[in-house]
Amino acid sequence: MEKNNWPLWEIFVRSRSGLHHKHVGSLHAADAAMAIENARDVYTRRNEGVSLWVVESQHITASNPSEGEALFDPANDKVYRHPTFYDLPDGIGHM
Amino acid sequence: MQHLEEKFQAKIDAEIKIEPKDWMPERYRKTLIRQISQHAHSEIVGMLPEGNWITRAPSLRRKLALLAKVQDEAGHGLYLYSACETLGVSRDELLEQLHTGEAKYSSIFNYPTLTWADMGVVGWLVDGAAIMNQVPLCRCSYGPYARAMVRVCKEESFHQRQGYEILLTLSKGTEAQKRMLQDAIDRWWWPALMMFGPSDKDSKHTLQSMKWKIKRFTNDELRQKFVDVCAEQVKLLNATLPDPDLKWNEERGHYDFGAINWEEFWQVVKGNGPCNKERVEARRKAYAEGAWVREAAMAHAEKRRQRQATATAQSA
Amino acid sequence: MNPPTPLFSYILRQADNVLILGQRLSEWCGHGPILEQDIALTNFALDLIGQARSLYQYAAEVEGKGRSEDDLAYLRDGFDFYNVLLVELPKGDFGHTMTRQFFFDAYNYYFYQQLQKSSDPTLAAIAEKSIKEVTYHLRYSSEWMIRLGDGTEESHRRMQTAVDALWAYTGELYTPDAIDQELLAAGIAVDLGRLQQHWQQRVREILTAATLDIPTETWMQKGGKQGRHTEHLGYVLAEMQYLQRTYPNSEW
Repeated sequence: MEKNNWPLWEIFVRSRSGLHHKHVGSLHAADAAMAIENARDVYTRRNEGVSLWVVESQHITASNPSEGEALFDPANDKVYRHPTFYDLPDGIGHM
Repeated sequence: MQHLEEKFQAKIDAEIKIEPKDWMPERYRKTLIRQISQHAHSEIVGMLPEGNWITRAPSLRRKLALLAKVQDEAGHGLYLYSACETLGVSRDELLEQLHTGEAKYSSIFNYPTLTWADMGVVGWLVDGAAIMNQVPLCRCSYGPYARAMVRVCKEESFHQRQGYEILLTLSKGTEAQKRMLQDAIDRWWWPALMMFGPSDKDSKHTLQSMKWKIKRFTNDELRQKFVDVCAEQVKLLNATLPDPDLKWNEERGHYDFGAINWEEFWQVVKGNGPCNKERVEARRKAYAEGAWVREAAMAHAEKRRQRQATATAQSA
Repeated sequence: MNPPTPLFSYILRQADNVLILGQRLSEWCGHGPILEQDIALTNFALDLIGQARSLYQYAAEVEGKGRSEDDLAYLRDGFDFYNVLLVELPKGDFGHTMTRQFFFDAYNYYFYQQLQKSSDPTLAAIAEKSIKEVTYHLRYSSEWMIRLGDGTEESHRRMQTAVDALWAYTGELYTPDAIDQELLAAGIAVDLGRLQQHWQQRVREILTAATLDIPTETWMQKGGKQGRHTEHLGYVLAEMQYLQRTYPNSEW
């Protein structure tokens, strides 16, 4: 086994102007410039993108799934954040 | 533990995807690593039999199509290794297993590609069988694997067409080309049927994998589906499948087909196929000869980092 | 048989350059040092063979004898191929392949850059399409020259060996002959004198950044542009043309 393995990078592609970059997968590269080039060849061979972000996987901090309930469940019952919570008469038009 | 495992299974039963950091039973993780890495190895070993004809493709159009196809396989291997890496194993560890012969890959790639018609038949039968195996994997319970497979299946769609078009052209060609076509079908048909794996009654992994929704159909179900499709498609090629027992069964609504030579299957799995040694050796050689390139790229990146750090320190 | 017209020969030179180099690159497919680079090299091969198709189609049209792109690629013998010797040499190790690629990309980039202004509208259009691909090739191979030249001791040694071995095949890229001069005067061809300046400047810049020595050798091999090749081309063609030769008059 080699010690000098190329690090893993996460790849984000903007599929066209006006859209968010979206995570598409990962790949290995020795440096950022190479990661961009590899991402171009691996993830945009079929015209999938107009812009790329690459970030070394080790720099991503993820939320912990075991805290998922504490983090996300409280948002479940905040119905007042959604427009359907509010009763309005018909006929006032679009609001 | 018991509780965790029940919760896990409940999630799977509810069709909720498992993601990398979620709790999962160790056996689930191991099964996935085995299956995804075998799949990844199959993609990159699968580049070799087709790569064998790139420099000899008979027209520029065919050369481009074949190159693009084999390149896609490299891409698919890459997506799959990446999916596997989310389970806490590095690509290099997986490659090591391939190079030592510890890891398996699809036995079909241990057969030689002897004529140009093989490029067509590999596309039609081998990719056809692969697609049938792979489409259900897009709904696999493990998120990264399922997502990789969505990408793979989308890209695969041109591969089979590419192969079938080669065969159609041969079928309308000269006598020599027709002979080439039939010869290739004769050699590849049975190994293609073996791609679906051992019969259900002999498949040790099927049951658990179905329960975990890593697998959605049994080997025999998929194989039958494949036979039914190919038995029709071969007619358009004015060729035949090399099976005297192949016959439409009105009652079952399926084609009956002859017995598979499982002895051959297990021999190839064990390493005695016509090309096992060449295939692994080719991968080992590419990896070994690339070592200095990989090392140099890392060394250069490190030098750059240091130079940048020094420059920043001096300017501060 | 009438000798080929200068324009026909001129188009074939570039078509043969990119086809033979694409063919050589495609030998890497499945054997690259790492998957990511395997994919990248195949992209180069696809780009180059794609360029070759456009050029052969145009050459066939210019010739006007009803030949197809495949007739030109598959049914000519070595002395009717006009590529430079550099592209037909064996691929060697990854460093060798990358050095050859860099030398050729630097040529190809400045070639298409000028050709975009050719008075021949088809050539100008092909150049305009190709330059985007080649701009990327040159960027990529330049970066790899620097990475490998300024990497480890071993990689440095391998790269210097490759540079030294290939140097004598670079002169042909920018040395004009009668056909170049005639078509330059007609506003069709690229000015190789100007190309040479750009090429040398770029190569000097990148080799320096790569900590590699620029060879002082000035003797240059030549002959490819006139159809006199190395022993290697015959084998490239034997392999590439095998099916068309064994089964003549067949559709594929």
